[in-house]
Amino acid sequence: MIATTERVLRQLRHDPRTVVLLIAVPTLLMVLLRFVFDSAAEFARIAPALLGIFPFLLMFLITSIATLRERTSGTLERLMTMPLPKLGLLTGYGTAFGLVALVQVAVTSGVSLWLGLTVAGPIAWLLVVTLLDALLGVGLGLLASAFAKTEFQAIQLMPVVVLPQLLLCGLFQPRDEMATVLQWISNVMPVSYAVEALQFVAANPAVGADFARDLAVLAGFAAASVLAASATLRRQTR
Amino acid sequence: MANYAVSARSLRVVRARNEILHGLDFGIEAGQATGLVGPSGCGKTTLIRAIAGAQRADGELTVLGRPAGHPELRREVAYAAQSGAIYLDLTVEENIRYFAAILRAPRGDVDRVITEVDLGTSRGALAGQLSGGQRSRVSLAVALLGTPRLLLLDEPTVGLDPVLREDLWTLFGRLRDSGITLLVSSHVMEEAARCDKVLLMRDGSLLAHDTPAGLRERTGATDLDQAFLRLVAGGGPAAPEPAGSRA
Repeated sequence: MIATTERVLRQLRHDPRTVVLLIAVPTLLMVLLRFVFDSAAEFARIAPALLGIFPFLLMFLITSIATLRERTSGTLERLMTMPLPKLGLLTGYGTAFGLVALVQVAVTSGVSLWLGLTVAGPIAWLLVVTLLDALLGVGLGLLASAFAKTEFQAIQLMPVVVLPQLLLCGLFQPRDEMATVLQWISNVMPVSYAVEALQFVAANPAVGADFARDLAVLAGFAAASVLAASATLRRQTR
Repeated sequence: MANYAVSARSLRVVRARNEILHGLDFGIEAGQATGLVGPSGCGKTTLIRAIAGAQRADGELTVLGRPAGHPELRREVAYAAQSGAIYLDLTVEENIRYFAAILRAPRGDVDRVITEVDLGTSRGALAGQLSGGQRSRVSLAVALLGTPRLLLLDEPTVGLDPVLREDLWTLFGRLRDSGITLLVSSHVMEEAARCDKVLLMRDGSLLAHDTPAGLRERTGATDLDQAFLRLVAGGGPAAPEPAGSRA
């Protein structure tokens, strides 16, 4: 597993442009958002939700493309003929991208705080939620790559997986003001819990049971998607 | 009775309702280099992938005493696909180091295999910037890691210049002499002349399995290209190919 983590990070090191994009894009989007609102108060209201969406989206995208490349280049087939546990490969990927996500969310959150995001609760919890959220993107990206045969298809899975969650996560309309059916759908979408937890930590000085539940749901979804992704890896083709 | 590294009985592969291998029976003797030759699309890659355990097959396929794809074989069988199957965004050395770690190969192995495929001068180069022939040598180097007992090499010499091709065949000979069983595919008939035995394939069936000398003698041909043509013309045991099938 560690060998895979190291290998994925080495691949990224040979691709500095991707690293810069990964770290800089969510940060620049937050800066853009701040100037769109032109008011620190308005920014502080909406920023927590977006902090749950940008890292998720980016990690989903790069993970699904990276694993798809592994499938199409033949390296996955080669690894599958070697003594490497399937879950070890995926957790290796998860750890590598998790480390990248850690840097990404630290920079993005830091800049957001500087731009006027106010956090009533402990900042550490803000980082924990965004990291879990990014890991969720990694897990779902690993899983999604199984349903794409080409990079063309993989890109199109992004709107399928990400955009409905963006619409229903409570960013545009508070979740309890949506139609009941939409609330149900929103309730089974993991990003809703990330946004809820981020809004909670931004507004409340102390975290409670609801917050713990949100974290558990996020972690559970991330772990389940990695396990499901591992089930889609086949050592033999039919 | 010969000691077989690979033995197949009525080996069939059906993919997307196309039968690609039509019930093959053969045995590859341990400690020999066997050439797998035949025109493009005849099923060579499918056969090699089945032996490597990457392709599901019907019938009986025994590899080093175990059914193909058995977990114990993942250390003993090394498979180098034709497509390269290396990371183009890593250097030569980083590629080999990664696979060495997965195989838990001994420390000195990385340097050993780099020397064996003569890539010492480009070990720091990105694999994506290498020529096709160099890439296939990186892939071959990965297959040499650890202590494989069976090497499955799919078209390892394609795109190589004659000097390199000669070097590689010398290396294959050395590996064979060290006790490793080799199955090397090629669509160049003459290359098979370097092997102990030749498996001649056409349209998913075996046309012949003999020594190169035996093949020439049987067909009265002077070279293997001619021998192949004569076997085809003689109405070998090739089954009709289903429409649209390819390996």
